[in-house]
Parts: sequence; C-alpha cells; structure tokens
Amino acid sequence: MVTLIAKRFGFMIFTMIVVSLILFLLLETELTGDPAARVLGQFSNEEQRELWREQHGYNQPVIIRYVKWLGNFATGNLGESIRFKGPVADVMLPRLWNTAVLGFWTFAIMIPLSLTLGVLSGMKEGSKLDRSISVFGILTTSIPEFASAVIFSALFVFTLKWLPGTSSMSGGFEFKQLILPAMVLIVYDFGYVARMTRASMAEVMTSQYVRTAILKGLPYRSVIVKHALRNALIAPFTVIMLQINWLLSGVIVVEFFFAYKGFGALILEASLNNDIALLEACAMVAVCVAVTTQTLADIGYTFLNPRIRFS
Amino acid sequence: MTTAITEMPKAGYGAALIRGLKSFALLRESWVGMVGAFLVLFWVLVALFAPLLAPFDPNSSIQPFAKPGVEALKTGGTFWLGTDHIGRDIMSRIIWGSRTVLIYAPLATLSAYTVGILMGLAAGYRGGWVDDVLSRVADIILSFPVLVLYIIIIATIGASGMNIIIAITFASSPGIMRIVRGLVLDLRNRDYVAAAQTRGESDWRVMLIEILPNARGPLIVDACLRLGYVIITIGVLGFLGLGLPPPDPDWGGMVNETRQMAMAFPHMTLFPCIAISSLILGFNLLADGLREISLRD
Repeated sequence: MVTLIAKRFGFMIFTMIVVSLILFLLLETELTGDPAARVLGQFSNEEQRELWREQHGYNQPVIIRYVKWLGNFATGNLGESIRFKGPVADVMLPRLWNTAVLGFWTFAIMIPLSLTLGVLSGMKEGSKLDRSISVFGILTTSIPEFASAVIFSALFVFTLKWLPGTSSMSGGFEFKQLILPAMVLIVYDFGYVARMTRASMAEVMTSQYVRTAILKGLPYRSVIVKHALRNALIAPFTVIMLQINWLLSGVIVVEFFFAYKGFGALILEASLNNDIALLEACAMVAVCVAVTTQTLADIGYTFLNPRIRFS
Repeated sequence: MTTAITEMPKAGYGAALIRGLKSFALLRESWVGMVGAFLVLFWVLVALFAPLLAPFDPNSSIQPFAKPGVEALKTGGTFWLGTDHIGRDIMSRIIWGSRTVLIYAPLATLSAYTVGILMGLAAGYRGGWVDDVLSRVADIILSFPVLVLYIIIIATIGASGMNIIIAITFASSPGIMRIVRGLVLDLRNRDYVAAAQTRGESDWRVMLIEILPNARGPLIVDACLRLGYVIITIGVLGFLGLGLPPPDPDWGGMVNETRQMAMAFPHMTLFPCIAISSLILGFNLLADGLREISLRD
C-alpha cells in the first residue's frame, strides 16, 4: 500500500515535469515558430524582435532557459500577463475561485443525480426503465456543450425569460447567473457517469453473493442498500474523480459562452491573445489539478477496494 | 448461426468485411442502432448530394437577417431556415457544412486509429520496455485536460484542417492505444498466434493479420463513439474560433459567428446546433446498437 502510494506520487511529479517540458518546447522555443513574432505580432520587424529576445533572455541556450523558467515556476514567480497588465498569479487566482464555485455546484447536483439514475437502471438490467435512462443519457451526451447552451438560452432566456443570458456577475455574485452554466455542464456529463454506475451496479447484481442474499429471503431493499451498493459504488468513485479533468475542458466552452469570468475563459483568452506567460501558468495549473485528482482517484480506489487493500 | 460466425476459419480482410456487413444487417434487431444508422446515413447522403440539395450558394450574401421561411426578394426561392447577419442562407450552409464535418471527422479518426493501433499492437505484443515507454507516454498525454491540449496545440501551430487532424491524432491516439493494448494482451496467447509464430511469420505480420482482425469487435464500437466525439471536438474548436478558417461553412463556426445575435435571431445559432447534435446522436446510437448486438452473440 505504502509503496503503491509512493509510486503514484513519483509518477505524478514525473508527469508534471514532462508536461512542463512539453509546454516549454511548444510555447517558448523556435520549434513552433518564432516566439518573438508571436508576442510582438506579425507586423514587427526583425530589429524589434531581436531587441525583445535580448531583453527577455531568449538568446541563451535552451537548457538554461528551461531550468530558469522551471525555477521561476517552482518559486511562484509566474511572470507578467501582457493581456491584463499585471502579475499572472493576481489574474489567475480570482478566476480559479470562480471556476471552483461553478464546479462545486455542478458536482453537487450531477453526482447524486447520475448515481441515482445509474443504480436504478443497473438494478434491473434490460428493464424498460433501464432502457429509457440509457437512451436519455445517450441523447444528452450527444449534444455538445455549446449546442445545449444555445438551446437552453433559446428556451429559458429568449422564450420563457426566466434566466439571464450572460453570467458575467458584473453586479456582484448572483446565484441566478450560475444556473445556466451549471445546467449545461450537468446535462452533458451526467449520462456518462450514470452509464458507468449502471455497468458497475449491473455487474454486482449478477454476483453470487447478491444472489445468495436474495435467495435466503432478505428484503430486496436491504439487499440493494446493504449488500449491492457498497461494492457497486467503488468504480463510480474513480469515474467521478476523473470527471474533474473533463470539467476543466467543459468550463472553457461554458464560460466563454456565458461570459463567466472563470479559469476556462482565461485559458482561451490567454491563447487567443498570445499571452504566453498566462497560458503557460494556466496550462500548468490545469494539468496539476488533473494529475492530482487522477492520483487521488487511484489511491482512493485501492483504499476503497478491500481486495487490493489487503493483498 | 452465431457459433458458425465465431468458429468460421479465419481468412483475410475480404471475409472479415463480409462478416462485418453481416453484423450490420443484424442491426435490424436493435431499434436504437437502426435510428442511429438512419441519422448517419441521412447526413452522409446530404453531404454527398450537397450541390443538388442546397438552394443557394453557401458563401454568397443574399439578404441579411431574414427569418426562417422568408422569400428571397432578388433571386427568388425561400430561406427555409433563414439567413445569417451577412445574408448567407443558413440551410445551404448547413448542407455544405455537413461535407466539412464528414470529411475531417473520419479523416482525423482514421489517422488517430492508425497511430493508436500501431502503438497498441507494439506495446501489447512486444511488451517489455516498448510497452513501458509507450504506456508512460500515453499516460502523460491523457493527463492533459483535452480541450486545454487542443487549445495549446492550435494556438501554437495555427488553425487549419490539417492542424486539426494533427491535434486530434495527438490527443486521442493514446486512448486508442490503451484499448488495443488490452485486447492484444488477451489475444496474443491464443493458439492461432502460436501457430503463426511457429510458421515463422514476421512480428508485424502476426500483429496485423492474426491479432488485429480478431480485435475488431470492440474497436468498431469504440470507433463509432470516437467519431461522435471527434465531431464534438471539431464543433467546439469552431465555436471557440480555433476551427477551420472562414468563409467555408463549418457548423461550430456558424454558431461562433452569430452567437452575439442569438438573443434577437435565435434561428442563426439554433439550426447548426441541431444539425451537429443529430449527427453525433446518430453515431452514439449506432455504437450503442452495435454493442448491444455484440453482447448478444
């Protein structure tokens, strides 16, 4: 168990270092075009570019630049954002908080919903309820986030006039503005989690010990609640943890559509404006969050599953 | 019937193709799969006959801000789905846009599958350090949030059809590799593989001729799902303004161009969204139907 955790953490650190190298090679070197031209724009002349390279230390060897860059990163010196004219950390932190709020509400509604639907359909595989839930899940996961955002806006903003169409929170935090973005994220993702829960539940329901419990005359309810659920919910735990990785992609579309001032919209703005320092920092944060949750998911899974824990 | 299929002597790809078609005929037993196949077929036909079906030229501006069903004043004819802010007929753009999607999505999926299958075969069959290296690389790429990876790639190499294919191949071949690797680990100890090895056939011949055709079932289902997902990706990239360069119609791009006007003219964004969702739904239902049938066999 301890070696497993150590191994996972070792791999986590290794992944982050490799990712930082990939990011550095893509964004800071000539591998994908002249970084000076990218920052200064295509109309800058060679003289300006050379001056910029000299000022920002781009004429040093790549290895030295990478080590310096990584050192700056590790000590929290993330550089200056060109787009927002300020330190990257100051720009990024409030945005991260906003996305955390959105993510919290999305998960708070999506997880109970998808687990309930998954368990209900997995309990009786092939039943009418099971088939309708699974077809409904396929339908909702087939609508890309931007399309459901358009459809919900047409319905709730344009026709019914119940909800505001943008979520910029310009007049302070307003819960009403959070509903549509969260709804789009939930609708796109709950089908997948429900499907995974269903598969896990269906597998448990065919196992010998559940059959024994039913045959010895236990009430169906207590077979489900006391015997089946415990094992059936181990696999969805991992799936849910991995959805955090997916959420980081989903928020980009949703925040862009609803003008929500979150982390996803920031990544997009950074890349569209060639704000390299900001893009690097955002990408590193996104990968760190993703890798950390993956590691926790793995460790949590082994911890929850007694067959692995005691072997 | 079912046992006959599984125990039929293994032949080349021609026989595999016939068996594949036979299992598509089995789709009749799953109404979900039938609906999916119908939706996909519908869009394939629309894409094939786009020049005949489209009432207007997709890129010429005719009459701005026309609502659905309005008659065209100068040229005659009806804007069945309205026009956009520059006056281009939305129905014609959706019809031509189906070509864009149905060219780039299968190409990108095929490219990702080629890379993923080769990597997965090598990792699963060779094992050892080849497997270790390839699996670590896959883990690292998969640890990126997908869209972040796409944005970084497209932001650095630029937005074009070719670059979208490259980005999708890079981001989704590791997932395919994992599936293929798992299947190969299961298949490589079969007797027919041992027989081929004893005959002295080369490693790649064993992998491509003996193992790969027998791994096709789960791969076909996955390919359908992945096609749907690639269509979402292309749509999302277009929506974010990182997709194919204008003016040629692309469904995600159409939503991006007109979303500022969505409150006043919802038809401009709504119809492309319905188009892309129905095509994705088609592939997802088809995948579900195929899986249902493969489980029944």
